[in-house]
Amino acid sequence: MDSAVIAQQVRSFIIENYLLDSQVTLANGDSFLQTGILDSTGVLELVAFLEEQYGITLEEGDLIPENLDSIDNILAYLSRKMKITQEQSETSATRVTAWGGNK
Amino acid sequence: MSPAISPDILHVDPALETERIAAGIRHIVFNRLKRKGAVIGVSGGIDSSVVAFLCAHALGKERVFLLFMPEAESSGDNLRLGRLVAQCLDVQSIVEDIGPILRAARCYERRDESVRAVVPGYGEGYKCKIVLPNLIEEERYAVFSVVVQSPDGRMKKVRLSAKAYLGIVAATNFKQRTRKMIEYYYADLLQYAVAGTPNRLEYDQGFFVKNGDGAADLKPIAHLYKSQVYQLAAYLGVPEEIQRRPPSTDTYSLQQSQEEFYFSMPLAKMDLCLFGKDNGIAAADLAPAAGLTEEQVNRVYTMVETRRKVTRYLHTAPLLIEKIEGV
Repeated sequence: MDSAVIAQQVRSFIIENYLLDSQVTLANGDSFLQTGILDSTGVLELVAFLEEQYGITLEEGDLIPENLDSIDNILAYLSRKMKITQEQSETSATRVTAWGGNK
Repeated sequence: MSPAISPDILHVDPALETERIAAGIRHIVFNRLKRKGAVIGVSGGIDSSVVAFLCAHALGKERVFLLFMPEAESSGDNLRLGRLVAQCLDVQSIVEDIGPILRAARCYERRDESVRAVVPGYGEGYKCKIVLPNLIEEERYAVFSVVVQSPDGRMKKVRLSAKAYLGIVAATNFKQRTRKMIEYYYADLLQYAVAGTPNRLEYDQGFFVKNGDGAADLKPIAHLYKSQVYQLAAYLGVPEEIQRRPPSTDTYSLQQSQEEFYFSMPLAKMDLCLFGKDNGIAAADLAPAAGLTEEQVNRVYTMVETRRKVTRYLHTAPLLIEKIEGV
């Protein structure tokens, strides 16, 4: 998926759910924590959005600001994560083929 | 180089502080609120016990009324220790079982439905609590998990979805709001004020339910750090069993410490960090006294600031579109 499209989707999610009527402008590098945009419930909602939208699973260790504290951080995280997820599904597809071939 | 910070920095003169608070209670109750005494919901924990002792000292034992409000999931010790406080002070008290009100409001049923959304099969005979990860060891988000214990004693921890978390919290908040409703019943009946029991950490960091335990007419220990509450407890003669008892929220069926629920670090350390943050003490100077690294103290400073922002709503009184003159 194109990173510009993902950036727009994440930005829309943040604006629609957390900025509401606010006049705050959000740059891609702005920290959600420092600007007070996200609380712990907001993080859980963001996690659910990312899992549903991009078909990934966020593990306990993934829930750190380095991955989720700005649109830029989310994009970088998704890029790493989706690559990993894609590699994993390719590997399991290869395994299924290999097992199929052994029968 | 800055002078070393001592862990004793939170020491108070308990006699002086007791008299200062007592004068404040008398002034607020009699002069500002024009009430005849104070109602206090006593949980058997350190904070409510100290408030009961302070009110009795300030207003006289005949002007203090204690309430014990157990429900199905309360620890039995709470009622026993609450009664011990009433006995020590020789004040009027009453037990109000809030279980029937909670069942009628479907508090347990609604909470269990939300738990089942992440732990299918949760139901009769199970126990639960919600917990935070350790936030001091590494920088991470304060996202809640639910810990459930099955009837055969097996424990399971599952990260909550936002919907399940909100459902559990909204349902369990019935407990604090029901208790406050009962407190105000007796306050109306006796023309007394309701004394709230938050300490400084709870008040500052929004560790209360809006219009639940956050509601009160006065909050006599809201300026005291938790360790200062313990100092006053020792001075006032609060029963030792209460002084030794680990703080608990008394909200969930599984025993839940306040560290697990909100602060995710020992309260004594949190006290020092909050003091350091409030007084502009550099993390490097505070770290040795708190037994933490500079990095950990900085993390707590950030956490304190973030929580102040996200819990501002809890402190906000009802807002008007325009000011009403004369009120």
